[in-house]
Amino acid sequence: MADVNRGNRPLSPFMIGPYYKPQLTSISSIMVRITGIVVLGLSVVIVAWLFTASISEAAFNAFNRIVQSWFGDLVLLAGVWCLTYHILGRLRHVLWDFGYCWEVRVAESLAIGMLVAATVVAALTFILFLAM
Amino acid sequence: MQRYLTDRKRAVGLGSGRAGTEHHWKMMVSSMAIVVAAPVFFILFALGYQLPYAEATAYFGHPAVAITLAVTMVIIIRHVMNEAIEAAEDYVHGTAGQLTIVGITWASYLLMIVGLFALARMAI
Repeated sequence: MADVNRGNRPLSPFMIGPYYKPQLTSISSIMVRITGIVVLGLSVVIVAWLFTASISEAAFNAFNRIVQSWFGDLVLLAGVWCLTYHILGRLRHVLWDFGYCWEVRVAESLAIGMLVAATVVAALTFILFLAM
Repeated sequence: MQRYLTDRKRAVGLGSGRAGTEHHWKMMVSSMAIVVAAPVFFILFALGYQLPYAEATAYFGHPAVAITLAVTMVIIIRHVMNEAIEAAEDYVHGTAGQLTIVGITWASYLLMIVGLFALARMAI
């Protein structure tokens, strides 16, 4: 392997901080991963809710009281925000994979767009389903 | 000087036979799947989750609702399971990493099974 490129490679985002300047693109990509894991946590709550509903009215009422409290609303809203952000972020990765949206300006607007869209969806969820 | 390695020889093993990129490609496929599955799950769930007990179980037990929620739930949980496994592969190494991946897989499939059980129980 005489002419394999060694040493002259792009830096990994693992080095964020001292060696690698944080950018909208890399930070938003890391947030996609974090929000994905948050959604896994949220699915525990959703599945538990379905499970208690399938078991008995007493179990349902006990768990539902927690889920429908202000704290439960907060958790669900955070979950909705993360879910929306994650979907859009993953969609962005698909677009990148297929070779679109590579221009820095476009990629950065998508990063901001994801934040805005997730916030709008969370706000709409609050208005439509929780604020009543 | 003449190069003794042929172009082909230098390329073998470096390209995409889709084996090394399999996990990545599967993430891309499930990424596209959740674009549809997650909003469907979210809307169906949101429509039923504020109902009182009797109406909620009737709603979630409706065959169309139960089946759609079951399919989309499996798509979503499988996707975030792979997301968490990917993160564990990157950040947790050695035995701890392998055990973390086993734990994530185990917990995720348990979640899917409990969710499917709950939907089936309300539907039947």
